[in-house]
Amino acid sequence: MDILRFITAGSVDDGKSTLIGRLLYDSKSIMIDQLEAIEKQTKNKEEGEIDLALLTDGLRAEREQGITIDVAYKYFTTPKRKFIIADAPGHIQYTRNMITGASNANLAIILIDARNGVIEQTRRHSIIASLLGIKHIVVAINKMDLVNYSQNIYNNIVIDYAEVAKTLELQNVTYIPISALNGDNIVEKSKNLLWYEGECLLSFLESVEVQSDIDLHHARFPVQYVIRPQTDDLHDYRGYAGKIISGIYKKGDSIIIQPTGIETIISKIEIGGVEVAEAFAPQSVVLHLEDDIDISRGDLIVKKDEQLQVSQEFEVLLCWMDTKPLQIGSKYFLQHNSKNVRSVIKNIEYKLDVNTLTKEFNFEKIGLNDVIKATIKTASPLAFDSYKCLQANGGAILIDETSLVTVGACMIQ
Amino acid sequence: MNANQDISSSKIRSLDYLEQLESEAIHIFREVAGQFERPSLLFSGGKDSITLVHLALKAFRPGKFPFPLVHIDTGHNFKEALDFRDELVEQIGEKLIVRKVADTIKKKHLTEPKGKFASRNALQTYTLLDTIEEFNFDCCIGGARRDEEKARAKERIFSIRDEFGQWNPKLQRPELWNIYNGKINKGENVRVFPISNWTELDVWNYIRKEKIQLPSIYFSHEREVIEHEGQLIAVSEFIQIESTDKVTKKKVRYRTVGDMTCTAAVESTAATLEEVVTEIIATKTSERGETRIDDKVSEAAMEDRKKNGYF
Repeated sequence: MDILRFITAGSVDDGKSTLIGRLLYDSKSIMIDQLEAIEKQTKNKEEGEIDLALLTDGLRAEREQGITIDVAYKYFTTPKRKFIIADAPGHIQYTRNMITGASNANLAIILIDARNGVIEQTRRHSIIASLLGIKHIVVAINKMDLVNYSQNIYNNIVIDYAEVAKTLELQNVTYIPISALNGDNIVEKSKNLLWYEGECLLSFLESVEVQSDIDLHHARFPVQYVIRPQTDDLHDYRGYAGKIISGIYKKGDSIIIQPTGIETIISKIEIGGVEVAEAFAPQSVVLHLEDDIDISRGDLIVKKDEQLQVSQEFEVLLCWMDTKPLQIGSKYFLQHNSKNVRSVIKNIEYKLDVNTLTKEFNFEKIGLNDVIKATIKTASPLAFDSYKCLQANGGAILIDETSLVTVGACMIQ
Repeated sequence: MNANQDISSSKIRSLDYLEQLESEAIHIFREVAGQFERPSLLFSGGKDSITLVHLALKAFRPGKFPFPLVHIDTGHNFKEALDFRDELVEQIGEKLIVRKVADTIKKKHLTEPKGKFASRNALQTYTLLDTIEEFNFDCCIGGARRDEEKARAKERIFSIRDEFGQWNPKLQRPELWNIYNGKINKGENVRVFPISNWTELDVWNYIRKEKIQLPSIYFSHEREVIEHEGQLIAVSEFIQIESTDKVTKKKVRYRTVGDMTCTAAVESTAATLEEVVTEIIATKTSERGETRIDDKVSEAAMEDRKKNGYF
């Protein structure tokens, strides 16, 4: 049994919360006391139906306003998989929250209201999914009950969305007609949609292959912490603790420390105190090296002969996440895995309209939720891959130097 | 032999869900070690914090923990949990700091809660904040999980608290990929939750897989209890027994271990981990709903307590 992390994109109006509620409810992941609590809150109950959307909104402000503000994480398990849902808000003013939720997702469910078809919001959510490099997309065409389960309407939406997918170079797009409210095609194939030949949503989520999303070809190991007991019996013990973010490491492998470029050999690998011959992503391990060299947190251990970039200047796609506008020339901390360096935004090439993908070359300011292409210069060299090639080593965050808040998400180009 | 050739061979290189969760938690522990100067691990003696200790051993051995264990002691503990705590600390040889709510009550002239199940749960916050100040902790690791409760479902893994220990759910830092921003200004501190993505069942399955020792009260034992609004409360000096209460002896176990005043028992004959896990899988009530008296008060009980500095 493995884990599938997915994000649901859509607004309350699209039935997003109802869909999640339905998945939790029909997979029997909701407990009696939780049901009682939402039954109490359900207003205007009709025929004893409960409002499944109430299961997901966790903060008082959200319940009061009937909207989702922040990402909520929900969990359910079937005999085949553990699922982690990042339930993110859909409105444009919460784009940063959707990006947050999307950053760890294997899969995105894009919800489309069958009555409205592909709209601006659908494009925006798809653009964000493509920016963040989500590998699997499910287009859930919802509220089929309100369009008489019409195959024609479904087909037209599929044709429209295929255009979006083509423009964004989205791969692995799966279309499923559903009604979250009635449970059509959620955990069981619907009798109302006999013309649909594919799987129902849950079967698809249970079977979609995500193991190959982990890159086992390029070995990258950011050092998080150095373990040095300095006791009498372990006087010479010096282990580099971290998580392998991609690739495979073996005892005897020749490696290079980046960005210093020093070469040495792996002398021992430990997992939870037990020595192993090899380890792979995403295992947390301790590496030992043959030579005594100066390595500290933030250094990257890569296998010899592997290509990656080591530079102080690079281009990024950057989503601005702070209410305070971005200032060209301002300095920020840049955190890239375990490495933290000072950086400056040198130049902005364009601003990207996340609704249309249009590049705007004339803009007044960069504010909350804006996505831009920019050049960043760092105070010391960074060893990275392009986000497109190796996500695990191509993402970074920007931190404001005084408020210390996370203000930007960078995808290195 | 290079990596590509290896992949084409039949060797399986993938982690199951518990291994993935474990690796994620160890990564978070090491981020704490790498980013903070004076971290601490909040230890209650319950299964979640015992799991944290187990994960910390995997993250840092053969080195020492880069933090002490901290127990905020309400004085309303199960004796079995306290004994277990002391044995565990001795066995692993790490430092334990205990600060007592009773001392804070005296020192700060706080009002002891009244009522049938007078719980010091809310008062723990004062002791916790004082302890953070006393030791200048910049980070407190806790065993909270997002599946426990709706407000927790929204909380980050690195959760920033202001000078007053308050959580501001509307001003949370975006948390992307596996990059955690633990930078703080003086006076602020960070609560870190390494098992955020674990469910109750994940914890139990992990305990079973790793053969982690737990206090005996997690397993079936005979105990004097009273029944209150459908929940079984252990008879102890900390609760008021009234003449209308019927004291009975029952075979019970605890699903969570908190204070004796606010933790309810479940009737059970499950005496082994295997049996307990089987019961948890079959249960129809959530962990908090079944065993916590304090969460029933209001829909936003946890959100409010967190805003005030609670774990």
